Amino acid sequence: MALHIIDRRLSGKNKSVGNRERFVRRYKQQIAEAVQRAVGKREIRHIEQAETVTIPRKDIREPLFRHGQGGVSDTVHPGNSEHVRGDRIARPQGGAGSGSGSQASNSGEGDDDFTFTLSKEEFMELFFEDLALPRLLRTHIASTQQYRLRRAGYSHDGTPQNLALLRTMGGALGRRIALTRAPQRELKQLQAQLEALLEQDDGTSEPLIELRQRIEALQARIARVAFLDPIDLRFRSRTRVPDPSNQAVMFCLMDVSGSMDQARKDLAKRFFILLYLFLTRHYEKIDIVFIRHHTQAAEVSEDEFFHSQETGGTMVSSALVLLDQAMRARYPAGDWNIYVAQASDGDNFTDDNAQCASLLAERILPQVRYYAYVQVVQEEQGLWHAYRQLARQHAHFALRKASTAGEIYPVFRDLFKKEGVAV
Amino acid sequence: MNLSQYPVLAPRAGGQAWRPSPASERLAGGVPQAPLPAGQRPAQPLPDPSDWTFELIERYHAAIAATAGRFGLDTYPNQLEVISAEQMMDAYSSGGMPVGYRHWSYGKDFLATERSYRRGHMGLAYEIVINSNPCISYLMEENTTAMQALVIAHAAYGHNSFFKSNYLFGMWTDAGSIIDYLVYARDFVAQCEERHGVETVEQWLDSCHALSNLGVDRYRRPSRKNLARERAEREQREAYAQQQVNELWRTLPTRPGKDNALPGNERFPREPEENLLYFVEKNAPLMEPWQREIVRIVRKIAQYFYPQRQTQVMNEGWATFWHYTLLNTMYDEGWLTDGVMIEWLSSHTNVIYQPPAGHRAYSGINPYALGFAMYRDIRRICQEPTDEDRRWFPDLAGTPWLPALHHAMQNFKDESFVGQYLSPQLMRDMRLFSIHDDASQRELLVSAIHNEEGYRTLRQTLSQQYDLGAREPNIQVWNVNLRGDRGLTLRHIRHQGRPLTSDVQEVLKHAARLWGFGVQLESVNADGETPTLVYAVPAPPA
Repeated sequence: MALHIIDRRLSGKNKSVGNRERFVRRYKQQIAEAVQRAVGKREIRHIEQAETVTIPRKDIREPLFRHGQGGVSDTVHPGNSEHVRGDRIARPQGGAGSGSGSQASNSGEGDDDFTFTLSKEEFMELFFEDLALPRLLRTHIASTQQYRLRRAGYSHDGTPQNLALLRTMGGALGRRIALTRAPQRELKQLQAQLEALLEQDDGTSEPLIELRQRIEALQARIARVAFLDPIDLRFRSRTRVPDPSNQAVMFCLMDVSGSMDQARKDLAKRFFILLYLFLTRHYEKIDIVFIRHHTQAAEVSEDEFFHSQETGGTMVSSALVLLDQAMRARYPAGDWNIYVAQASDGDNFTDDNAQCASLLAERILPQVRYYAYVQVVQEEQGLWHAYRQLARQHAHFALRKASTAGEIYPVFRDLFKKEGVAV
Repeated sequence: MNLSQYPVLAPRAGGQAWRPSPASERLAGGVPQAPLPAGQRPAQPLPDPSDWTFELIERYHAAIAATAGRFGLDTYPNQLEVISAEQMMDAYSSGGMPVGYRHWSYGKDFLATERSYRRGHMGLAYEIVINSNPCISYLMEENTTAMQALVIAHAAYGHNSFFKSNYLFGMWTDAGSIIDYLVYARDFVAQCEERHGVETVEQWLDSCHALSNLGVDRYRRPSRKNLARERAEREQREAYAQQQVNELWRTLPTRPGKDNALPGNERFPREPEENLLYFVEKNAPLMEPWQREIVRIVRKIAQYFYPQRQTQVMNEGWATFWHYTLLNTMYDEGWLTDGVMIEWLSSHTNVIYQPPAGHRAYSGINPYALGFAMYRDIRRICQEPTDEDRRWFPDLAGTPWLPALHHAMQNFKDESFVGQYLSPQLMRDMRLFSIHDDASQRELLVSAIHNEEGYRTLRQTLSQQYDLGAREPNIQVWNVNLRGDRGLTLRHIRHQGRPLTSDVQEVLKHAARLWGFGVQLESVNADGETPTLVYAVPAPPA
């Protein structure tokens, strides 16, 4: 009997990808809504994971002509244990064995929701699509590539302060030895001859003089070999290597005073999420520090940060003081790329505004890469004015207002736009 | 019956409907009266490491093939393809078709399959087999040697011989050209997507799919055509079809003696038409040629699955019977080790498990269990008939079992197979009973059980349960308003007063998209009295 065995394992993988794409595209809206719901529930650091998405089954059913409930049907079932002909039995409530024929098993799955898992990439695409984030994010990352100089051996040219003295002199010595090898050998011979002649001679004979001349000529030749030639020079070399600056810390500062209601906190959260995503694409390791404040500031867990109900008056500087301390104690600016995102409704204790400005200007801004302040309401108050003054003097301090969810992304993009790119 | 309820050895197969396999391909010697004698006993059984190798698969296959030959199993040449679990999910979610056009619903199936597989809710099908020539069986990489042996016996010899010999497949499908046709369909749909946009084509396919159950010819046998002709005729067909349609919808006055116009009062179509997709393909006035071709593709593929939908019990029962019989025979003759036997028997037992009604796991009759039991029962009736069997099966009892079994496989579909062969003994073994469900009554009635007075009722009821005509609503093209708004009227003839689900309005929208004008559906009682329910959807926006 003819037989072919074919190993197909390596060919034709992912045949269903096209179908899967079509499915995701078709239900983009439902999926995007599910993604949005999921984001709301997610912890920031889990935001990027694959997501299980649920779509109501009625939305994705393919309609067919089918028999519905009702009318008369006769069906055969196995496993009779007690019935005899003519028995009457109560109608089971749905499910198997309801006696409604094929319908029972066809709809056995009922109207459960249809659940499947979006991959991490699909999820991110939808997440950004939901925010109308263009693919620009990747160019952002490429353009902000950091370089670090690394030692890369020795090179022939460089600046004097990089001269590798030992290496250079070693080379020079070698060169001198190499170039004078033959004359030295000859010189030795001649000197031996000279000494032999001197024993017999008084030092004035013809061959002796000739020998002396030849020796002098050789010595001159040897002396002409340069002590240090430009080709001996060796410089310590450094090369620029791309450096995904390996660690960053992000401080999330949020006002939780009485005026920050859930909607405002959600705005803040959306902003933090975007910043977090942006930074994770940029840095290998990222720490997040959550600081919440009313009149007093505290460093808290993420869960507390967003969900704790504690509240009170407002004293923004308390958070800045805490930020400054944490930064200096744990994240020295030389080792860490420090980012701060602050969200507040700008309703601060009046006397505190000047205090904030000076803290920022003197202690904090010199240490951080970027400081973004988002005010989640429209009205401009004391803090806003103080900060605006500051922003004029510091390019890496930015402040924006966003009072609806839709504004968060444009504000974010505005804050992180590339130089010279119109928003 | 939902295929995925019996996932362990899920059946996927089919064939396209235009050429019976030539008689010359059939087994020359016919079916032997009794199994042919075994060859020499092997010195030692085949090795049974849990990891398979290609060499081992070949050796197992050779032994299985030799054994199958002794029982007269006539098969297409076999092509075994080793695939990964993911590829199995791919294949599973495109209806078992090895190639197919792109559609979101296959993506949906894939996601659902993947999810239940990942969560461990479902074992993947160990095998998928395609009714093609050569017959392709997929072996999953993760299977053990013993499982590969089971799959080869089940798919490459069981299903394969069923495809080749059952009359429905022989009459309606052409194993030689199905793969080519699927490739053609995929390419054509891809071209359409390029030309008309993915979304446009997707909507059109949605509408075709919604009506694909009504895209089947039940009685008319397709003409013989191969792919080359199919492709060559396409353009010709497009031009001609449009011309025919124009003729039907012409508004010019007829010229006496030259035109055969339909008399104004005659109905169109003259006879009700059950193949709705065929009807719209031939008669819808506004369809573009590419749209007609896609309707045709969906219709052809629906037809391809039609024999399969009618022979699930028989086909699975046959494959299960033969893996059981072949592997047992090989064990008796010293080919298989105890380990291999225990391993496949455990799978086998899962496959044929039939939970009783009322059990949590119960979801209807397991076609594997019923089919397997029936073929075993036929063998029993032949070999050890009781007096009861002699009364019920006078032509069967005591005759050679092998030809009897082949006869039963070749000449029936589920409905007639049950009607012909379900024995009282088996009804007692399975403790069958029937339920009469009348929605107007508060309680269900047990109308028959496995006793002398119930046997015939049970057999008849179960047989009808497999009649696709009764399982699916009977809907036909009834009338077209030729002179007015061109509306299409469908007629649903209620079987035992059973109504349609609320999907009906949605399906009609799809029908209206295909037809291009308004569509209505009248639901009438079996006696054809005035419709009690009318659903209607207006013409789709142009």
